[in-house]
Amino acid sequence: MLRFILGKFVFMVFSLFLLVTATFLLMNAIPGSPLQSEKAPNETVQKNLEAYYGLDKPLYVQYGKYMANLLQGDLGISMKKKFQSVDKMIANSFGPSLRLGLSAIVTSVIVGCILGMIAAMHHRKILDNVAMIIAVIGMAIPSIVLAPLLQYYFAFKWGFFEVAGLNAPLDYVLPTIALASGPIAFIARLLRSTMIEVLNADFIKTAKSKGLSGYVIVARHALRNSMLPVVTYLGYLTAGIITGSVVIEKIFAIPGIGKYFVQSIIDRDYPLIMGITIFYAVILMVTRFLADIAYVLIDPRMRASGGKGAK
Amino acid sequence: MSNTNQSNTSDKLRPEQFEKLKRDNVIKDGAGRKSLTAWQDIRLRLMSNKLAMTGFWIIVFIAVAAIFIPLLSPHDHFTNNLTNTNQPPNATHWFGTDDLGRDVMERTWKGAQISLFVGLVAALIDLILGIIYGGIMGYYGGKVDEVMNRFAEILYSIPYLLVVILLLVVMEPSLTTIIIAMSITGWINMAWIVRGQIMQLKNQEYALASKSLGAGAMRIIFRHLIPNAMGPILVTLTLTVPNAIFTEAFLSFLGLGVQSPVASWGTMIDDGVKAMSIFPWRLLFPALFLSLTIFAFNVFGDGLRDAFDPKLKK
Repeated sequence: MLRFILGKFVFMVFSLFLLVTATFLLMNAIPGSPLQSEKAPNETVQKNLEAYYGLDKPLYVQYGKYMANLLQGDLGISMKKKFQSVDKMIANSFGPSLRLGLSAIVTSVIVGCILGMIAAMHHRKILDNVAMIIAVIGMAIPSIVLAPLLQYYFAFKWGFFEVAGLNAPLDYVLPTIALASGPIAFIARLLRSTMIEVLNADFIKTAKSKGLSGYVIVARHALRNSMLPVVTYLGYLTAGIITGSVVIEKIFAIPGIGKYFVQSIIDRDYPLIMGITIFYAVILMVTRFLADIAYVLIDPRMRASGGKGAK
Repeated sequence: MSNTNQSNTSDKLRPEQFEKLKRDNVIKDGAGRKSLTAWQDIRLRLMSNKLAMTGFWIIVFIAVAAIFIPLLSPHDHFTNNLTNTNQPPNATHWFGTDDLGRDVMERTWKGAQISLFVGLVAALIDLILGIIYGGIMGYYGGKVDEVMNRFAEILYSIPYLLVVILLLVVMEPSLTTIIIAMSITGWINMAWIVRGQIMQLKNQEYALASKSLGAGAMRIIFRHLIPNAMGPILVTLTLTVPNAIFTEAFLSFLGLGVQSPVASWGTMIDDGVKAMSIFPWRLLFPALFLSLTIFAFNVFGDGLRDAFDPKLKK
């Protein structure tokens, strides 16, 4: 078990290192620099600017310095927002993104599991169809369509919610729905198909023959065994939520990282792009790492085969 | 037949009971149905799945409309007509016009062309790379498999959006860039599917027979193994298309994809959102057809998977 976790951890660190290196090389392969502008400053100013950002040194020195700084959590200085450090910018905008992301993840897992459970328990009956129609609709309507529609009807036309921003708890409702609709559909379908199989297994028949009621069987016996694919999906869910939040933050004018990310690409603000890329990559890989560990903890078969040291 | 015989045992045996049955009758009696090849069986099962067929016909409809409507329409998608802006749907402009007086119907179907093109090309690249890489991984196994698999895993662990966006920074935003960016990580899933299939199939008798007759690895992989792994490959392919279409729309929506004046569903939705409350048709049509396309490919892909799954056979 320990060996398994350690292996995964080393692999994660190695992938991260590769990603950072690739990103660094890509950013430096681009001709031109955001410091150049149409009205050229005089030579000394340009030189000083380059020295300030360390661009006058050879590439391997820049790389070494970037890596050394990175280990201390220093991501450099933004080129467009003068004299603001990238880590501060990320730290300041992470709060809203994190809160919204967590609320979307929790919502999609809970609602998705409930829908999937209902569908599996009433397999080939009306409730199954209803749940699956909801799931298909959730999957078909992309967030870039759903979010503006929610905003228009529920906020603008009927005035139930604020149109934009993220100040009161109620403000989370619309962006969360927009972010979670796709994952809800996916989880519901995933859980349904696994649970239908699990419900046919022998240990469920045993539970039934003991006289347990349907809901107890599903909650105590079937759910735990059907959750495995959902746990594996959590890592990808995080990726999906981050991707989605880029659009949702734009639509609902939420001052989060996603908004900075798009802006930094349009501005070609290389340190900021790199900083956010690395930040996202760390979050994603850590979630996947945790999902892997959770998978081992939940699945008794994995515990037996991978757990030589755990006894 | 046998029932009547048994119930009549008390009666005398009659000569007509000993008549020879015609062969056709035996089959009609249900002793066996007509034997079907695997593909016929799959087609029948797919065609009896109403939802999947709905998806199929929506795809056909959108593809035909995307090809012919821009050809036949008297308008084009890029000419501005500032005397005729923001017209609601009417007899000349069935879907209305946008803020530059361009015909929304024309732009919607031009957008459909782009979406379908992106979807198909992305799927095709995934297919080719995935089959080659996955085929080699699965067939050789051992050390080759381990190294190639590690490489794929590293590439796969890099979040997809980040790769796409990094490439868009380095290259100019355009359709080609989007397709390249999507292909960099897109093929890995396909490669794993192919690998799994090949590993199962490579020890089957026909592969061994071909090997013992002196066939080379490439011949065995591409002539014998891949055709037999076509089911899961097709399913993965169908489900790649909606993802590619969505990614293109998503990036274009953010302004990182296809650039104006070229019409893409993503850019049209971005425009439409801004004018949603006053000129809803500018959002309605691209949004509707984007959703319909993604829906259709998903249900068709699901139906295909069910049709290929022998466990679901009734």
